[in-house]
Amino acid sequence: MKIAVIPPQYRSAARSVAMLSLGALMLAGCHHKTTVAPAAPAPPTPAPTASLTAEPLAVDLGQSVVLNWRTTDATSVSIDGLGPVAVNGTQTVTPSSSTNFHLVAKGDGGTAEANVRVTVRVPAAPATPEPSNTTTDDASADKVFHQNVPDIFFDYDSYTLRPEGVSAAQKAAAYLTAHPEIKVVIGGYCDERGSAEYNLALGENRANSAKTALVNDGVSASRIRVVSFGKEKQFCSEATESCYQQNRRAQFSIDR
Amino acid sequence: METMDRSTRTASPSRLFRFLGAVLTLLLAALLAPAGSHAAQDQVVTGTNQGVSSIRIAIPNFKPLAEDAQTGTLKTVFDRTLFSDLQNAGMFDVVSKSLIPPGTPGAPSEMRAAAYAAAPANASFVGFGSLGVVGGRLVVNGFVFDTKNAQFPQVLAKQYSEEPGEEMARQVAHRFADEIIRTLGGGTAGIAETKIFYVHAAGGNKEIWEMDYDGENQHAVTHLGTISLSPRISPDNTRLAFASLGKSGFQIRMYSLVLNRTVAFPEVGGTNISPAWSPDGKQIAYSSSRTGDPEIWVSDPSGAEPRRLTSFRGPDASPVFNARSGAQIAWISGRTGLPQLYIMNADGSGVQQMTDGGYATSPSWSPNGQAIAFAWNRKYGPGAPGGQDIYVMEIATKKWIQLTSDSGTCDFPSWSPDGRHIVYACSPNGNTERSRIWTMLANGTQRHAITGTGSDMPNWSWK
Repeated sequence: MKIAVIPPQYRSAARSVAMLSLGALMLAGCHHKTTVAPAAPAPPTPAPTASLTAEPLAVDLGQSVVLNWRTTDATSVSIDGLGPVAVNGTQTVTPSSSTNFHLVAKGDGGTAEANVRVTVRVPAAPATPEPSNTTTDDASADKVFHQNVPDIFFDYDSYTLRPEGVSAAQKAAAYLTAHPEIKVVIGGYCDERGSAEYNLALGENRANSAKTALVNDGVSASRIRVVSFGKEKQFCSEATESCYQQNRRAQFSIDR
Repeated sequence: METMDRSTRTASPSRLFRFLGAVLTLLLAALLAPAGSHAAQDQVVTGTNQGVSSIRIAIPNFKPLAEDAQTGTLKTVFDRTLFSDLQNAGMFDVVSKSLIPPGTPGAPSEMRAAAYAAAPANASFVGFGSLGVVGGRLVVNGFVFDTKNAQFPQVLAKQYSEEPGEEMARQVAHRFADEIIRTLGGGTAGIAETKIFYVHAAGGNKEIWEMDYDGENQHAVTHLGTISLSPRISPDNTRLAFASLGKSGFQIRMYSLVLNRTVAFPEVGGTNISPAWSPDGKQIAYSSSRTGDPEIWVSDPSGAEPRRLTSFRGPDASPVFNARSGAQIAWISGRTGLPQLYIMNADGSGVQQMTDGGYATSPSWSPNGQAIAFAWNRKYGPGAPGGQDIYVMEIATKKWIQLTSDSGTCDFPSWSPDGRHIVYACSPNGNTERSRIWTMLANGTQRHAITGTGSDMPNWSWK
């Protein structure tokens, strides 16, 4: 390694020289389009990518859903029923029936599509009353479950339960003690900052902190499964503290 | 540097390495200056390719051996690849093609070396030859002449005969470039034939992909339809270890590049991620939370005989063996709060903390065993400015240099086997969907992107 120590007063000059020689290189390249390759061959225009998510995926009639989409290398993006939209964005919709949202992203490199289906639960007709806790009705069982077993949120780069996390875990433990048939899977999640590998380990610690709280409150460890998703399954993707906070959580689900 | 003391057949490379040793000492002195590390860091500019210390080589276009269209196409690919390989190598000052003397020498008898030694080319060496599709074979004759040695100028002569095709023309150019680098570079093998494995994101999934070291020939290795991360190629290039999301969370998976399918690796409880190979290929280290807390474990490559090395509460991840000796492991631990870089002996003893602030991740041990490249956000925190950049730390002294700046969130550095290059990934926000893979010389110069967006977590093959 060769190292040159450049005094501060010459640094901008050194930078200009570097820029000039870069320019000279590029000019030289122009004379020999086919024979002088730049240091790296320019990658071809990449095909666009698109993703579309809805939260929640199932609602009761009249409730709203937040659509969240991201695209890369797209010049125009449209969603059926909503028309042209920004390349990345969020929109709240209130569908009147179950809807397939279809996103098309067009760019110089091609076209990409993304779909998400939102299920709208229309109240059952009174003529066919059904008990709300049938085993087939997973969605409403999930709803009751989430009301009683709320997500636990964490401070930045921490896996220690905050005071409200401790009380949330107590509420969850009480519900699970009253419903011994339910098995739980705890997902550990992190915000988008930091390293993917480290965040998977941190997410494991978060989910295990929630598990430990439940076990200390009397829930059998054999009913609880832990999965870390790190920052691989983001709930939202804005670079804001409120979004980061929603992602830094241990999320409980019924383990079916 | 390993190559420093080796004798070479030309004087300039060994002089170069002695000089490099001297300036490295200067750099360390600068780091120790009482003005404080911040000011000192800002004044350091590094470069292996500045001034007169690199070898000036001219590469005239090869002479066509035939007049057909296929020869023309393959020659274009070959000429471009060879020129680019030598430019990328980090040890040459490659003469611009506009300064090359007229004529297209295809054989030693046609080479007028004196014209290359004179201005404006001023070349110390010239690499030349001929290429054509002859009798259904791609035939390439390559030579290197020392322009200053009038009596015995020939340094290298190689002949290749292969199936014709653009991919093969590129591979032959890579092989000839590696021969030139080995001959003129003091015996260190070139990297033009090496591969880079990486994560490619599309449609919500992440698969493991492979490409040539220069970003060409990008293609998928896995088709698992889930999220796969952290590809690590075995030292003999036969197996690929990685982590993949299944029903029970992330597990270590093993893919055979010989059988072209995943091979058995036992699933255990908890999150199992970030595998790493020992340089002899007989062990892998990885992060496993089978005990309920993520710790560093080591097993043989089939997953047998697992044993735990760390036992501190908090995240432990991203282990990597000392690439030269295999006797030490560097990894990332959050035992004191934010993740920091640590090293220990391969049996878990002798733990040393290497960084003492910021957010450090993703170590990669240099092939000569003396340095660790890693990603570091030295001003990490909610609302704090500054990006995450690639750094190299000399292990013996814990002195570090910053290699990237103002590039967003950079992560996952991985050394090339010759120790002259580092591949890494940068994105505006840390998301794979917007991440590109870059390479640079190990002093931070000659940075360039080699992929489009959606590419992350590069891992350079061992050979």
